[in-house]
Amino acid sequence: MPDQDLPTGGGGAPVHPPAATTTSAHPPAGTAGTAGTAATARTAAPARLCEIAADDVAALAAGAAIFGTGGGGAVQTEQMAVAAAIEKHGPVPVVTVGELTEDDAVIVLSAIGAPSVGIEMLPAEGQTETIVREVERITGRPMTAVMAAEIGGSNGVAPVGWAAGMGLKVLDADGMGRAFPQGTMISMNVAGLPSEFAVMADTIGNVSVLRTINLAWLERHARAITVASGAISLGAHYVLTAETAPGAVIEGTVSRAVQVGRRLLAASEPVSELAAELAATVVVSGKVIDVERNTEGGFTRGSVTVEGVGADRGRLTRVEIQNENLVIIEDGVVVASVPDLITVVDSETGEAISTELLRFGQRVSVLAWACDPLWRTERGLELTGPRAFGYDLDYVPFDGGRR
Amino acid sequence: MNARTDLSVGIDVGGTNTDAVVISPSGEVIAWTKSATTGDVTAGIRSSLAAVLDQLGPDRGAVSRVMLGTTHATNAIVRRRDLGRVAVIRLGAPASTVYPPLAGWPADLRQAVLAGYVLAGGGHLVDGYPIAELDRDAVRRLLDELEGRFDAVAVCGIFSPSFPEQELEVEALVQDHVGVDVPISLSSEIGALGLLERENATVLNAALYAVARDITSALTTVVVEHGLDAATFFAQNDGTFMAVEYAARYPVLTIGSGPANSIRGAAALSGADDAIVIDVGGTTSDLGVLVGRFPRESTLPREVGGVRTNFRMPDILSLGVGGGTIVDVAAGTPGTDSVGYRIAEEALLFGGSTPTLTDAAATAGAVVAGRELPPLDRSVRKGLAEALAVAHDRIESAVERMSLGRTGLPLVVVGGGEFLVPDRVLGASEVVRPERGAVANAVGAAIALAGGRADRLCAVADRVAAIEEASKAAIDKAVQAGADPARVEVIDVLETPVTYVTQPTLKVAVKAAGPVAHIGRKEPT
Repeated sequence: MPDQDLPTGGGGAPVHPPAATTTSAHPPAGTAGTAGTAATARTAAPARLCEIAADDVAALAAGAAIFGTGGGGAVQTEQMAVAAAIEKHGPVPVVTVGELTEDDAVIVLSAIGAPSVGIEMLPAEGQTETIVREVERITGRPMTAVMAAEIGGSNGVAPVGWAAGMGLKVLDADGMGRAFPQGTMISMNVAGLPSEFAVMADTIGNVSVLRTINLAWLERHARAITVASGAISLGAHYVLTAETAPGAVIEGTVSRAVQVGRRLLAASEPVSELAAELAATVVVSGKVIDVERNTEGGFTRGSVTVEGVGADRGRLTRVEIQNENLVIIEDGVVVASVPDLITVVDSETGEAISTELLRFGQRVSVLAWACDPLWRTERGLELTGPRAFGYDLDYVPFDGGRR
Repeated sequence: MNARTDLSVGIDVGGTNTDAVVISPSGEVIAWTKSATTGDVTAGIRSSLAAVLDQLGPDRGAVSRVMLGTTHATNAIVRRRDLGRVAVIRLGAPASTVYPPLAGWPADLRQAVLAGYVLAGGGHLVDGYPIAELDRDAVRRLLDELEGRFDAVAVCGIFSPSFPEQELEVEALVQDHVGVDVPISLSSEIGALGLLERENATVLNAALYAVARDITSALTTVVVEHGLDAATFFAQNDGTFMAVEYAARYPVLTIGSGPANSIRGAAALSGADDAIVIDVGGTTSDLGVLVGRFPRESTLPREVGGVRTNFRMPDILSLGVGGGTIVDVAAGTPGTDSVGYRIAEEALLFGGSTPTLTDAAATAGAVVAGRELPPLDRSVRKGLAEALAVAHDRIESAVERMSLGRTGLPLVVVGGGEFLVPDRVLGASEVVRPERGAVANAVGAAIALAGGRADRLCAVADRVAAIEEASKAAIDKAVQAGADPARVEVIDVLETPVTYVTQPTLKVAVKAAGPVAHIGRKEPT
């Protein structure tokens, strides 16, 4: 996620070119309340994950990369930090929304900034703890759990390490169920939950507390502060409770990422098993015959053309990309689009390929599957539908068909 | 025969073979040898040099330079042998402290290399603003605590590739504190942006100083033993070479020189400036791309001995297809294992009982070592033919992948298994099999140019000045590496935008290269 992001950006987490992956995941069972459009096919809720131990970290990273839908930042460096943190502090307990008690307070943490800087200036020891202490001072209550703002990519992996270091739990949920490039594209915003304040801390030790009139202003101010901090910082802009979390977050996504990652890492037929696990459709399998990128204006915009092979011979499919994979078009018809999830994976290994790593000649499979119902509401589509990304297209829910 | 002048010897010590060639100024291979690499690498260099000098006879006096490409450094890392212990000084605390130096290294390698480290205040933000004041006391404290129990020092500052002065200041400080004899690696001289990968490469470089001393003294000793009045150079991994003093400071840059030499050598033998090269060995086929006479570089971090690094390496695609690849006859596919060097005993063609891709090629009509296959069942023949077709498909798809869509490039085929590559490959304009392709690595070493490179971050508005400054720095480095100042030129300028900064910012990366300087020697024509 090159550049425009607030709480979701690919930031502090070193975004290494090599590893990223992309695929996506599929929304877990019910997100309360706001669902508007009928949910499409969903698999059963994942087996309940009670803790994340050292040997779950690789699966978490692989799964988070899949849910990154081409963005979210590469996972390797964070994977290393999380594994080290768990080794030092022990497994991290995972708690569900339903298990939250009135004593619980969940801090939503994420990195913001430029990936190109994130690989050079990495987080400081105690940086997240600084944020947590400040938030505790403001709210007057102890934080008991951490939630990732986005499960996709490095931002879905890092919070587990932060929780380990601070002795906190991880909430089995996130604010996107995937990766999105902007801080406003978060479930709490769809649910109408206000962000009352935000706390940012940079890798140097500076802490800022922001009280803005809305998320758009928060994003503007947070960006300015991030630039002053050297283009990378960490922040928290929501504190969730047993009362506010239900319906305002996308539940089960941490378990889901681990489950998808485990299945992928153990698969003998990675692409089909991944698709089955995600209840996704393999839209096309083929080779990349064109990658077009345009970075003007600080935005990465482009498209990838996949020529079908095997059973898909003769087909040409285009994927529109920005930080994430956004729209699939074939024969001038939209096959799938944001906020539904689109992931490009290596046809052999099933490993997600992030947008910046797409290259001519790669053998890839393009997977698509339905987003969480929350994103299909009017408010959800306003924030994350094709028009929110500058495409003059109406959203058509992806129903698993080819077109 | 006319008396020859200005001959170059190229020696390439690979994992399997040690090759040597002598090249005339016009690029002709006038002597060559190939022998198995043994444990005593220096003895191998000595005997290879002796073999080609014997072939030269009275012309041996015309050898004016000897270039060595070697796997010493890679072997040392892979085998954890002869590595120095390194004191690591990172500048930039409190930033980046979540990741201590050598995080993610294999434990035994870390144990062998790390003497101690300090995360000292210092370093810069992306825009050059200091993260913290340089903490000189922290640096001195580390050195005092280690009481000399280290062989070398590695210094890595946040954003030092853009702002290298502070690392130089620390180098002076270390020398002032513990003396000038301790070798010091500075990250700004080793790698690009990407703190952990650059630091890893810098630490590896520092750990390799003893190995560097061994290889440089091995080469100079052998050259002196043979009574040659020749300048000695080392091949580095971008197809350029460096002077001995330079190799002694930057041994890590010799890692990956084998593939780089192979690509340049193969292309030179075929006369191409731009080409896809495939080196078909016993176990794998390695593909690389020659762009404007130099190997295309990988844009991704690479692992060396289990350590992620980001110093430049040639972009190599390795396929598990080689002459010794064992064929699953029943399935009609190439397997994942290879008989390797035992091919001359185990393959069907050589009277053995293991079907290999070499046998498959022979079934299809290739003549290998003048041998003929024993009579085979029809089902075995069918399985071999199917496996060969699969191997051809894999090669073709790898060629296409490396071409990045650019059609019309020739495919240059070298290596002992070259017969696995068909005469027509989709996506390649032609398939070229140069004579002496078997010693392409050594040819590449012999014809290497001297090179240097530099990166700068700048505001977009200052682009021209930054390119000029980086070009000057790259040219200086090429000359330092041995290039003729009169003939060195900029061969590549890469500009990359940097996002999330107050003003539009660019990173410019410049490469320069030129032929070796001949001080006091007659210029080659």
